[in-house]
Amino acid sequence: MALLARTDSVVRPRINRKPSPVLARSLPWLTIMFGSLVPGLLLIASAPVLPPLGFLAFVAWRQLRPGLLPVWAGLPLGIFDDLFSGQPFGTAVLLWSIAAIVLDVIEARLPWRNFLTEWLVAIGLIIAYIALCLGISNIAGASAPLRIIGPQLVISVFSYPLVGRFVALADRFRLTPFVRIR
Amino acid sequence: MAPPANRRSGFSRRAQYTTFFSYAAGVLGAVVGLILLVIAIVSPDAFSGLRGAASDVTEPLAQASAESRTTGKDFFASVSGFFKTGSERARLERELAEAKVRLVEADAARDENRRLKQLLDLREDDAQPIAFARLVASTGASSRRFATLGAGADRGVVKGMPVRSPMGLVGRVLEVGSSSSRVLLITDTESLVPVRRARDGIAAFAQGQGDGTIRIRLVNLGLNPLRKGDVMVTTGSGGLYRPGTPMAVVTELLRDGAIGRVLSNPSDTDFVIVERAWAPPPPPPPADPLPGTR
Repeated sequence: MALLARTDSVVRPRINRKPSPVLARSLPWLTIMFGSLVPGLLLIASAPVLPPLGFLAFVAWRQLRPGLLPVWAGLPLGIFDDLFSGQPFGTAVLLWSIAAIVLDVIEARLPWRNFLTEWLVAIGLIIAYIALCLGISNIAGASAPLRIIGPQLVISVFSYPLVGRFVALADRFRLTPFVRIR
Repeated sequence: MAPPANRRSGFSRRAQYTTFFSYAAGVLGAVVGLILLVIAIVSPDAFSGLRGAASDVTEPLAQASAESRTTGKDFFASVSGFFKTGSERARLERELAEAKVRLVEADAARDENRRLKQLLDLREDDAQPIAFARLVASTGASSRRFATLGAGADRGVVKGMPVRSPMGLVGRVLEVGSSSSRVLLITDTESLVPVRRARDGIAAFAQGQGDGTIRIRLVNLGLNPLRKGDVMVTTGSGGLYRPGTPMAVVTELLRDGAIGRVLSNPSDTDFVIVERAWAPPPPPPPADPLPGTR
């Protein structure tokens, strides 16, 4: 918890060290891909109960560091998510790309932000994402009723700040200077 | 919090083009997604090879996590079992005594069955399992109910084979990779299994609802003869599922059927059994027309 509670100013800049450029660039992608894998591995679920962690991490990274992931990041990351999510292939590619653009539009309209506004924006995106996922899989042959995503919606909305915390932690780790400058 | 650094590109042509092209690429990503989606909906098998390869690659990781999952569950089971030892033991002894009697009866019934089948000259088909494997992953965040099985073409698993646990039916194999395969669980809304009541053979269909329960639809509408606690087993009609595999127990009655609970909860099953797809016996040859009618 101490690591989580620390503020940015406490990170002591060390002379003669810099962050690893490979890590600084790849960590956001890796954490999102990890988020896509985790819900499948946690349990053999007989109902949709786990939050779509890949999508949550994607939104959290875009809110924490706008512009760090390119706008087209939804294409490769969505393909990876589709391989494991069980949705019809292409669902995440489509919805993540749209979500990235929508986030950018909202950000341009609403430049000042705080925890609550970011959470509210994310809640809107999460609810739309889960409902559209259900709709798309129903078009593709399933016939699941709307009520089965209720628990998942609640869990996803409330786990978003936690995912945001984790992403902030990963961001701190990403920018930790440990490579010696020659 | 202050707004992030100004991302307006200003008069720099290069910055303007960069912003424009990145947004164009974002829109292109959405269009590609839509195209992929249309392909996936039109031909659902189009990406099965890709998915199979991906689940093959992550299969060792999934195996490891499945093992730790089982260990964690065992730990909690032993802690809770410690507090219930006395009453559990008494109950188990009582049940064991009953079960021994039942076992003898079942032996007798099986023997009688065998003799009767010999009399009828029925061929005994083999129920030899193809493979024992773990369910290593599932689609926990999707409204579809798929699971990944830790055995694929390397252990003889073929598309369409039924998957069961000692408790009952789990699902059937949908796509096969080289070391893993994808299983459609019976709780998925696309899974439809012909079933009958174990006691008297009232025919019905069992369709998943996507939330872990099963909707049982009676073939014969009208008076609903189902009662709470009835066990539904597969009929084997249409092939695929071996007849007599336990499947669900009725928990709630509806006007034209019932809601059932799955007997083998996939999250509680450690190892599952992959069986050969069951082929129904060929229909008997048409009977000779009665003498005197020609």
